[in-house]
Amino acid sequence: MGKIVAVTGNEACAEALKQINPDVCAAYPITPATDLMQRFAGFVSDGKIDTEMVLVESEHSAMSACIGAAAAGGRVATATSSQGLALMWEMLYIAAGTRLPIIMPLVNRALSAPLNIHGDHSDGMGARDTGWIQIYSENAQEAYDNTIQAFRIAEHLDIRLPAMVCLDGFIVSHSIERVEYIDDADVKNFVGKFKAVNPLLDLDNPKSYGPLILTDMYHEYKRAQHEVMTKVPGIALEVAAEFEKMTGRKYGLFETYRLEDAEIAIVVMSSAAGTTKDIIDQYRDKGVKAGLLKPRMFRPFPYVEIADALKHLKAIAVLDRADSFGGYGPLFSEITGSVMSMDTKPPMINKIFGLGGRDYLPNQAEQVLDELVKIAETGKVETIKEYLGVRE
Amino acid sequence: MAKTIEIRWHGRGGQGTVTAAKVLADACLSGGRYVQAFPEYGPERAGAPIRAFNRVSENVIRMYGPVLHPKVISIADATLIDAVNVTDGAPDDAIFVVNTSKDPKEIREKLGAGDTQKVFTVNATKIAVESFGRPLPNSSMLGAITKATDIVEMDTLLENVKKSFGKKFAQKIIDGNLDATKRGYEEVKEG
Repeated sequence: MGKIVAVTGNEACAEALKQINPDVCAAYPITPATDLMQRFAGFVSDGKIDTEMVLVESEHSAMSACIGAAAAGGRVATATSSQGLALMWEMLYIAAGTRLPIIMPLVNRALSAPLNIHGDHSDGMGARDTGWIQIYSENAQEAYDNTIQAFRIAEHLDIRLPAMVCLDGFIVSHSIERVEYIDDADVKNFVGKFKAVNPLLDLDNPKSYGPLILTDMYHEYKRAQHEVMTKVPGIALEVAAEFEKMTGRKYGLFETYRLEDAEIAIVVMSSAAGTTKDIIDQYRDKGVKAGLLKPRMFRPFPYVEIADALKHLKAIAVLDRADSFGGYGPLFSEITGSVMSMDTKPPMINKIFGLGGRDYLPNQAEQVLDELVKIAETGKVETIKEYLGVRE
Repeated sequence: MAKTIEIRWHGRGGQGTVTAAKVLADACLSGGRYVQAFPEYGPERAGAPIRAFNRVSENVIRMYGPVLHPKVISIADATLIDAVNVTDGAPDDAIFVVNTSKDPKEIREKLGAGDTQKVFTVNATKIAVESFGRPLPNSSMLGAITKATDIVEMDTLLENVKKSFGKKFAQKIIDGNLDATKRGYEEVKEG
């Protein structure tokens, strides 16, 4: 068994990256991910690992350098947040379209304007369609575990796609909590040796990256990208099963909590799921059959599996820590997509919460559960999309 | 001891209040429990009122967000009693630990603490200055809190103070902080 420590989410992710010791890491600082990369760069400077650390002048350059290094045949990692991810926008698609398994902890933070450094999922949701695998973490332990598993999923020879491991900015990235580290040797063994596929540095077998593909094949290329994504859930579950054997910690495509016999449920990702579980326990004690579903994998999204887990419910609330102005929250849209495959569709509501780090407090979960109780009784939804904890 | 204890720290930027919350988390972790320690992020300037939080539990801690009903309220600077609402959300059995040269009875009155709430005072700044020459009250506050709440064994706390300061400071400073922690434990007064 590894050692038990009190560390922040950032510290835990930096430790995972240290244990994996990637070949190359190109990074640029941005709050709240700065502290993660600062720690990682410290490990490099102290000679604890031999990653080639490339300090660049922007996140666009960071991702560009990661793409170059990955195409050259290296195991590559970086980390970012918010505006940093936004500045990487162009390169994110290139990393995914070129099938380069770059691993990137994304410390979720709100986007400007107005300027805000605190946690919400606007950054990650904006990168939904970039072709990256997206895994969301509830706490520091999950952020650590997911970072390690992400290498295995992304680098799998049937996958070869980049992956972001998301954790809530400040709420998890800067909170100290109990984390169980895995022994260095076990992490190394679990992740395995990196296998380069079509490396540019294999000079005897020259390759071409970044070709022009016009109307003749682009459509097919993109369809193939979707096809490979559909293989990710299977591989992620295999990796999770192996991970559970090593650590005893169980991971799926999503987590359910007291959901099997529930009549009403909240669907929510990341740290807010933890708070919600505590409130669900309180409602269960009062005799209210409440449950929770927490998506872990957001891309690819397990529509059918989630539909199966939600199909018996009388009312569902989907909580989004990001907004789509003029639309429903991004997670809500995915859950409505899941519900499509159900014979009878449960009534659903969408709550936007916690933007720019606004605290998600127990009374907000209570408010949602109270509303769900009423909807389950009457079958009537008054307003589909509303804002939680907002000052009027 | 209750299954989960929640603590709110009131301090001023630069006093090391966040470090104190971290050291306490480390110490409670050594005792095999689950812990959280986190500050409230605002304008990070020296002297500004800041808050930090701990949760310590026998069970996995799933709750995120600020502590709303702290069992223990640590006030590292008594001038904060006039500046911010330090009693906000305090339950009937709250324990206040205040860094002040004043008598606990006087502070009890100033806080408006109820009969079932406990008030402890310690001259943590004076102890700090005498122990290691700087007005940083955290180590003595940690000692005082340990005495007032029994949240952790004193030996475990001392080990973690040593570990925390050992990373960055000279032996003299480490020893001074250990002395300050012990004196905080010994000199805290209930009233």
